[in-house]
Amino acid sequence: MTEMTKIVKTIANILFPFTVIFGLYVIAHGHLTPGGGFQGGAIVASGCALLLVAYGSRWVFSRIKEKRLATFESIGAIGFITVALLGIVFSMVFFGNFLAGSHLLFGTVPETGSTLADLNTGGVLPLMNFAVGVKVIAGLFVIVVVMAYASSTKEWSQ
Amino acid sequence: MIEYIPYVAVICMIFIGLYAAIFRRNLIKMVIGITIIESGVNLFLITLGYREGGVAPIYTSLPPGTTYPEQMVLPVPQALTLTSIVIGVAVLALMLSLVMHIYRKYGTLDVQKIRRLKE
Amino acid sequence: MTFLDALLFHSPALIIAIPLLSAFLMPLVSRIHGKLRNIFAVSMIGLTGCVIGVLATDVLANGPRVYIFGAQDIALPLVRILFEVDSISIFMAIITILLAFIAVIYSWSFMNHQDGLDKYYTLFLLLLTSALGMELTGDVFNFFVFLEISCITSCALIAFWIDEGEALEAAFKYIVISSVGALFVLFAVGILYAQYNALNIATLANALQYSFLDKIVLVLFLVVLGMKAGLAPMHMWLPDAYGRAPPSVTLIIMSATLASFYGILRVVFTLYGNVLTTSIRFDLPLNTIVGWVLIALAIVSILIGVIMALIQSDFMRLIGYTAVAEVGYMFLAVGTGIAALGTPYATVALQGGIFHVLNDALDIGLLFLVAGAIYYVTKKRSLDDIGGLARNMKFTTIFFFIGLLAVAGMPPLNGFTSKFLIYESVYQLNPILSIIALLCSILLLAIFIKVLYAAFLGPQLPDLKDVKEAPRSMLLAMGCFAALAIIIGLFPNLFLDTLVKPAADALLNHAQYITTVVGGI
Repeated sequence: MTEMTKIVKTIANILFPFTVIFGLYVIAHGHLTPGGGFQGGAIVASGCALLLVAYGSRWVFSRIKEKRLATFESIGAIGFITVALLGIVFSMVFFGNFLAGSHLLFGTVPETGSTLADLNTGGVLPLMNFAVGVKVIAGLFVIVVVMAYASSTKEWSQ
Repeated sequence: MIEYIPYVAVICMIFIGLYAAIFRRNLIKMVIGITIIESGVNLFLITLGYREGGVAPIYTSLPPGTTYPEQMVLPVPQALTLTSIVIGVAVLALMLSLVMHIYRKYGTLDVQKIRRLKE
Repeated sequence: MTFLDALLFHSPALIIAIPLLSAFLMPLVSRIHGKLRNIFAVSMIGLTGCVIGVLATDVLANGPRVYIFGAQDIALPLVRILFEVDSISIFMAIITILLAFIAVIYSWSFMNHQDGLDKYYTLFLLLLTSALGMELTGDVFNFFVFLEISCITSCALIAFWIDEGEALEAAFKYIVISSVGALFVLFAVGILYAQYNALNIATLANALQYSFLDKIVLVLFLVVLGMKAGLAPMHMWLPDAYGRAPPSVTLIIMSATLASFYGILRVVFTLYGNVLTTSIRFDLPLNTIVGWVLIALAIVSILIGVIMALIQSDFMRLIGYTAVAEVGYMFLAVGTGIAALGTPYATVALQGGIFHVLNDALDIGLLFLVAGAIYYVTKKRSLDDIGGLARNMKFTTIFFFIGLLAVAGMPPLNGFTSKFLIYESVYQLNPILSIIALLCSILLLAIFIKVLYAAFLGPQLPDLKDVKEAPRSMLLAMGCFAALAIIIGLFPNLFLDTLVKPAADALLNHAQYITTVVGGI
């Protein structure tokens, strides 16, 4: 895929940070508003796909290291399973929510009814949201970059 | 009567997707047919959870005076639909990479020219 | 609690968590060294096998065991995912972990000269996780998620040799059929949730009234799970996929196939267990209709499998068609057990069918390992190109001969024990079915004698003059299967009393499964 004109590249430069911040907002507030790990990760990955279309797949593929993205993906998945296994150690059951109601990271329990949304609630859920978000960002970005680069090399376009 | 329109749409989508997956000879059209079936099943799951006059199922943002959980829309089908969308993305990525490999190997996307395993 | 008690309490979660964690750790471990990756895979599968062994000794003695994710005990309303392990689940889990362990030992040297092996082992462990999850779960949406994971990972593994076009075609056929099927299972799960507002199998089985929508759900489950298990006329993907995948992959895909067969047993006997004797049409109860439909499809499978295997010249595709015929035998036995529910020979038929799952996994697995050894040594697939290999590959010939006798149902090997139970009980339902099954078994013997003569005996071909014996780890894997086949053939009552009879009892007494969850509230 070849690159696009200067106007498209400039607008993509302006839009990319907003997209990434919006995606990270959706990941981080997954326990309060609609959203969560997969949805926010898909938004960030679509921002990365915008960069891919604007700058051309060969330039992007030569700048990123694909093995490092695969390592990120593994780290996200390992984080998810580790938090679930920590439930066995601290809360006596797999996937147990051991942070809810305690004084540690995400511990407070809100009351029902119309209250102000507090980011400090939810227990283990925001940690799992982050892990899944990292995995989805890395995974979808790798898929899109490798498919775009592979279809632009000589032997695949015939 | 008007609340049955989503179910009619679901049946139409599933049949259109099955027609595209069975009767079309281009590989990409078969993949698109499977995606249409998946969208139809997701629409079915979301429509199941609707309750007349319900509010969004978030405990900390209920309007005052509503009793929970009777006036909330069911949240479990929303979780099922989300899982199904994620699975659909993974299956779509896998099918498209297989189609790319098949095109590189055979040079065509016509199913009747690709078939080698016949008996 | 002592360490063993804690291990026993958490074992259903650990059986899923250990292969999953090692699948995600595999890309990091394989960047260090290649041999470390192999050792890591074998040791993690061995660890899972030990945990399954610990759970098996408890479940076979004390009855079903429930594990709830996220809470300590059952509390109404039951919204959490639960794993419920009873004797039939742990029997299938033992078969799955045995197939996976032998496949990993075999692929130590079979996949030695190929690259991309870290992704191979990751997908292998994920497929093992999904097969174990299908067998241990007590929640019908969780079953759908594990079914989809097994579809995706086995499709990627079937297409592992991407420079052969036929492997890509087999993988594409498989993913199209499987994903449409899995979407219909999701449709059925949605219908069940809309009617009864519950997703776990025990609550659904307790609340099921046999309405019109439940008939649609039963048909969808039977068709899709029969497609995944290889029942004709939905078997079209099976010879392509089994014939074109690497043989160690075929072993673990067979465990996913057997997990789908377990799904049919769970749906018919437990989910619809309370309504199996209600009469629906022409004064026929439900179990008669479902049983005879399964028997008819099973006879078609046996005939198609055996007749198509007669004309094949590709070795692995021939064994694939034999696998279709063996699945037909399993469904014949289970169909008889359903159609004649309540009579004593129905219990014998069910025991024969469940025992045949174990024997079929061992026999067809051994044949695939032998075919893989021949492919590894000679790089040829077709029976027309090979001949006279018995001079150089002595051990492989002996293992193939054992596998041949076992598949055809000859005493004193293990195929005879389960096939004898099937013949005996099906004869009392209808003699013609038993005679067809017996004749097809003899035809299988003829087919494999032809293969033995074509591949191993006969004159030695000039370009195969200096082939060597298969490597040691492949011989070790084949030897394990052959030894197990002989042991089960010589002492069948040992396995029948400890493993198979509790499994058949757990299926027929579905009330115990339900009251473990619902009655405890």
